Amino acid sequence: MPAGSTYTPIATTTLGSAQSQVDFSSITASYTDLVLVMNTKGSTTNYPFLQLNGATGTSYSTTTLTGSGTTATSVRQTNTANPYLSSDAANTTDFVFNAILHFQNYSNTTTFKTVLIRANSASTGTGATVLLYRSTAAIDTITLKLNTGTYAIGSTFTLYGIASA
Amino acid sequence: MPNTFELIASVTVPSGGQAAIDFTSIPNTYTDLCLQLSLRNSRSGQVIQEGLITFNGSTSGYSERILRGSGSAAISSSGSGANFSLNGFPAGSSTASTFGSANLYIPNYAGSSNKSASAEFITENNATEAYAYMNALLWSNTAAITSISISAGATYTWVQHSTAYLYGVKNA
Repeated sequence: MPAGSTYTPIATTTLGSAQSQVDFSSITASYTDLVLVMNTKGSTTNYPFLQLNGATGTSYSTTTLTGSGTTATSVRQTNTANPYLSSDAANTTDFVFNAILHFQNYSNTTTFKTVLIRANSASTGTGATVLLYRSTAAIDTITLKLNTGTYAIGSTFTLYGIASA
Repeated sequence: MPNTFELIASVTVPSGGQAAIDFTSIPNTYTDLCLQLSLRNSRSGQVIQEGLITFNGSTSGYSERILRGSGSAAISSSGSGANFSLNGFPAGSSTASTFGSANLYIPNYAGSSNKSASAEFITENNATEAYAYMNALLWSNTAAITSISISAGATYTWVQHSTAYLYGVKNA
């Protein structure tokens, strides 16, 4: 885990009303990596997915290693517009869901971007996902969407920046 | 820049071992907690042994979903009861001087909703039996977390040189 004075909050949101998506925009390029921590509940059982820089096309792929509590599986998504944080860890109607997302080297303009995700729901499952966003653009907007329903009041989202120097 | 990732307290187990590692009087001034563990259990005749984690001295409301890889297979299971069972950490029959590493992240630990957490931990062993784990944890209790206990279980201890570091993370 990162440590010291380089772990800096960029923005934080605690929902005062239900929202179908949460956006972090105008993200500064002045850090090396980003970490996003979310602790949420849903209006109904739903599944969060990620959108970067507003890209709605099929420019994402994911590989997930996941456990439902009874079965361990690995799941692939390719050429998808809805890259899910997890296939088992659901955002249920109580505060059981959390996820920690790591965006390494997010602001470079040379390479495609990968995101390392740990997602947890003690009601439905746990696992890790690697996400590929096939774009060399610096990430300046992160959007957390849902396949259905909303994030409920009280859900929290915090974006941290990590500077290497 | 503000320093938002701060050490709250640390424990290094002394000679003779220690049955439990306790963090008490955790301030509510942070947003999240991050617990970093390096532990080895004293239990003889076992390659791995669980660590039992409780919050605020409570013995109810804990549930978890577990994903475990052994190097040859992956399984998933679930559990509930009087504690979180992180099963396991290297024990007496594991390769000497080998300690298991664990990372627990507890968002909104001082909030008024149930407490969910994320955990990853590993056992290593210069032999066939070794594991990597990911756990989803839930303590169904709305109280702020003010203490954390990591027990070696039953009559066992955490051996000398085991360490635990508790960090606080602020979102502002």
